[in-house]
Order: sequence, then C-alpha cells, then structure tokens
Amino acid sequence: MSAPSGITRATLTKDIRLEWRSKDAINSMLFFALLVVVVFSFSFDPEAEESRHIAGGLVWVGFLFAAIVALNQTWARELRNQVLDAYRVSPAPANALFLAKAVGNFIFVAVLEALMTPLFIMFYRLRALGPAWQLLPVAILGTWAIVVNGTFFAAMSLRTRSREIMLPLLLFPVTLPALISMVEATNVILVGDPSTSAKFWIVLLATYDVVFTTGCLALFETVLHAE
Amino acid sequence: MKKAFPILALLTAVFLSYALYEALVVAPREQTMGDVQRIFYYHVPSAWTAFLLFAINFIASIQYLVRRNPKSDQIANWIVIAVGVLTSIGAYVIRPLPQDVYPSSIVTTALAIVGLYFLIKRLFSEQATDILALTTAEVGVVFCTVVLVTGPLWARPVWGIWWTWDVRLTSTLVLWLIYVSYLVLRRFSTSGQTPVLAAALAVFGALDVPLVYFSIWIFRTQHPQPVIGGGGSIDPRMLHVLLINWLAFLCFAFLVCWSRYQVERMQREVEETQALEALLEPGGNVR
Repeated sequence: MSAPSGITRATLTKDIRLEWRSKDAINSMLFFALLVVVVFSFSFDPEAEESRHIAGGLVWVGFLFAAIVALNQTWARELRNQVLDAYRVSPAPANALFLAKAVGNFIFVAVLEALMTPLFIMFYRLRALGPAWQLLPVAILGTWAIVVNGTFFAAMSLRTRSREIMLPLLLFPVTLPALISMVEATNVILVGDPSTSAKFWIVLLATYDVVFTTGCLALFETVLHAE
Repeated sequence: MKKAFPILALLTAVFLSYALYEALVVAPREQTMGDVQRIFYYHVPSAWTAFLLFAINFIASIQYLVRRNPKSDQIANWIVIAVGVLTSIGAYVIRPLPQDVYPSSIVTTALAIVGLYFLIKRLFSEQATDILALTTAEVGVVFCTVVLVTGPLWARPVWGIWWTWDVRLTSTLVLWLIYVSYLVLRRFSTSGQTPVLAAALAVFGALDVPLVYFSIWIFRTQHPQPVIGGGGSIDPRMLHVLLINWLAFLCFAFLVCWSRYQVERMQREVEETQALEALLEPGGNVR
C-alpha cells in the first residue's frame, strides 16, 4: 500500500492528463460561462454605473454554474469499468481520493476563472476601485468552497436518478453562505467604498472552507462506501 | 398504537380548538396592528415546532452515522457532552452577544439539545433513528412551509410588503431549501444506503445553518431595512395564549410524526418480508 500522498498524486496526475487530452470539462465549462456572460448582458445594461454593484454577483454566479459542469463529470468517469468499485475494495484511504478529485476540480475551475475574468472585465468594464490584491484570496477561498462541497455532493448524487440535476439541488442551498461572502467581498473591492472592508468576508469564507473541508473529510469515506 | 392513537388524536383536536378559541377570542387585540396580529399565534408556534423537528432530525442523523460503529458512538457521546459544557461556559464568557440573546437562554438550549441527544439514543434503535430523521424532516418542512406562508400574510398589511430579505426570513427560507433538498435526495436516491447519504446531508445542512444566519445577519444589517418588531415586551396574556398554541401545535406535530413513523416502519417491515419471501422457494421451504 502506497502512502496517501502518493495515491492523491497519482489520481490527480491521471485526471489532469485525461483532461489535457480530452479537454471535455474545460471546453464545456468555458462555453457555458461565455453563454452566461452573454445572457446576463442582455438582461440588464452592462455598462451602467449600477452594474458595478452587481458585478460581483454576476461573476460568481457565472462561475458557480460553470463549475457544476465540471463537478458533474468528476465521478462519472470513474463509474465506467467499475473503477470506483475497485477503489472501494482497495485498502487505499478514501480521503486521498477525495482530495485528489477536489484539487483536480479546483485546478479546472481556476483555469476557467483565469480565462473568463479578462472577458468579464472587458464586457462589463470592471475596474477595482478598492484594493485589488484582495480579490486573489477571495477567488482562491471562494473556488475551494464551491469545489470541496461540489466534489462531495457529486459523489453523493452518483446513485440517484437524474444525477446531473441532483448536484445543483444539493449544492446550492449549502453553498449560500459562501456565495454571499464571495459576492459581497468582490462587490466591496470593486466599488471601493472606504467605509467598508472585504476582510470580514474573507475571514467568513475561510471559516466556511475550514468547516466544510473538515466535514467532507470526516464523512467522505462513509459516503463512498454507501452503495 | 391502536388504542392510544384515537385518544391522542381526540385530545389534540380538542386542544387545538381550545388554542384557536384562545387565539381568536381571548387574546387581547393588538393596539397598532389590530386583529392581523393574531396570525402570530400560528406563525410563531409553527416556527418553534419546525426548528425543534429539524433539531431532532440533526440529532437522529448524527446518531445514525455514529452508531454504525461502537467506537465512534462513544467518541460522539463525549463530544456532545463537551459541546454542551463549552457552550454553557462560552455563553457567560464571550461578548458581545447579539441583541435579545441572553446567556441563560443559550445554556438552556445547549442543555436541552444534549438531553435530547441522550433521550433519542435511549428510545430509538439504530435503524429507528433513520425513520425518525425522515419523519421529522417531512413534518418539519410542512411546519416550515406554514411559517413561510403565514409570514407574508402578516407582513403585507403590517409592513406594506410581502417579503423582505431580513435575516430571520432569509435564514428560514434557506433552512427550508436545505430540508427540501434533503427530501429530494431521499426520494431520488437509488442507492441501497440512502439513509447514510441523507444523514450526511443533514449534518452538512446543520453545519450550514449558523453560517447562513451569521452571514445574512452581517450582510443585511449593513443596509437599511424595514424595522422588524423584534425585542420589546409582550403582554403576559398574549404570551399565555402563545404558549397554549405552541403546546397544541407540539401535540399535533407529535401526532403526525408518530403516525408517519409507524407507517414508515410498517412499510419497511413489509419490504423486508417481501425480500425474504423472494428468497423462499415456491413450496415455502428455505433453500
């Protein structure tokens, strides 16, 4: 039995290689996010000054929807050829697999964000009036919040009818506090009102991440074996 | 069950009608809001009942998860006791507390939850905790729906709006959403171990509730909002009627939960028997 870190690394490398060759998740996510940008731009005036106040919400809702696409594919791949069953009977720790999947999804969603952010900036004329460097921790913590719960709930919805729709149904209600924090932090930074600070929201987001990462790691083994 | 159920049902019906009489006739008319305020005697007891049922669901879900293994069961016992003690100490140490929250109320809640944990553990077997979780989630969602419907009915004449994204309203709505997704998962799951998945989701939902409340509390209090009639004092007669109504609602909730619990238990017994029969040969001999 190899070390947990070895299993995590092997699974992660495999997933990234698969994605690099097929580009299934990233392509569908990108196109989906692009559609969200375009659809939103028709539902209100993207160049009005008030749009700045809702830009944070827009960006994150776009990313959240797009992330669902990648999250849905996470485990589906392992169902073919009974890979997941093989994993269950192997003595490898379940959390090593979970971490590999979560980190893999984090990388995919981060790539998506890196590619889509310039587009958002261009289309909606975004400009940070507050301290722009704070957007980095918000993005990292926010993406992890979406991805860690998403990976967990995707595993949970594996054995349900209409699996693809089940994931957002489970994920969205639980993600709401994280979404509020991400959106508010981004808005505060973009609007740059000196009387408010994004620090509080970043701390809340970090708390959310710690609580739910612990929860996922504590319960993943149970969920993986619940077939 | 056969004897006790009709008696209890009758008592609950009498109690509910008495509570209705108290709420509509005996309770004094509110000075500024008028008779609209009487919906309060339905709204608040439903909310308390729903929260109580969700708390039971959370406890039952945790027990279903930990009791699968004796070691984790023991650890959980100690964690529950530790959380109870730490919360009680914290209530007197940590400042500032939110408005309208007193240390004694936190301690009472913490001790009640710890007591409930061990009570449920004594009364229900491992399999039964899952049925309990399912039942309380279903009935809780119904009561929570009553809260979300009566709230706007009251708010429209009093505030002039149907809905506001205030912390209590929003967190109740999110709570409702979480438990609806819980029921959807139970319904759609094709896994043989749906109870485990559902219990894990219930734990996640419960972890979420304080974060939801906290984030919306900060989020909304940064912006001006219509003032909620929180705080202040309540006429003792009104409180009396409110408590009678709550008791009646609790009886009603208990009755519904109990019958739903029995139905679900029988359903499972039937399924088990059918599965067993399928293993038998047509002649009736066990292979």
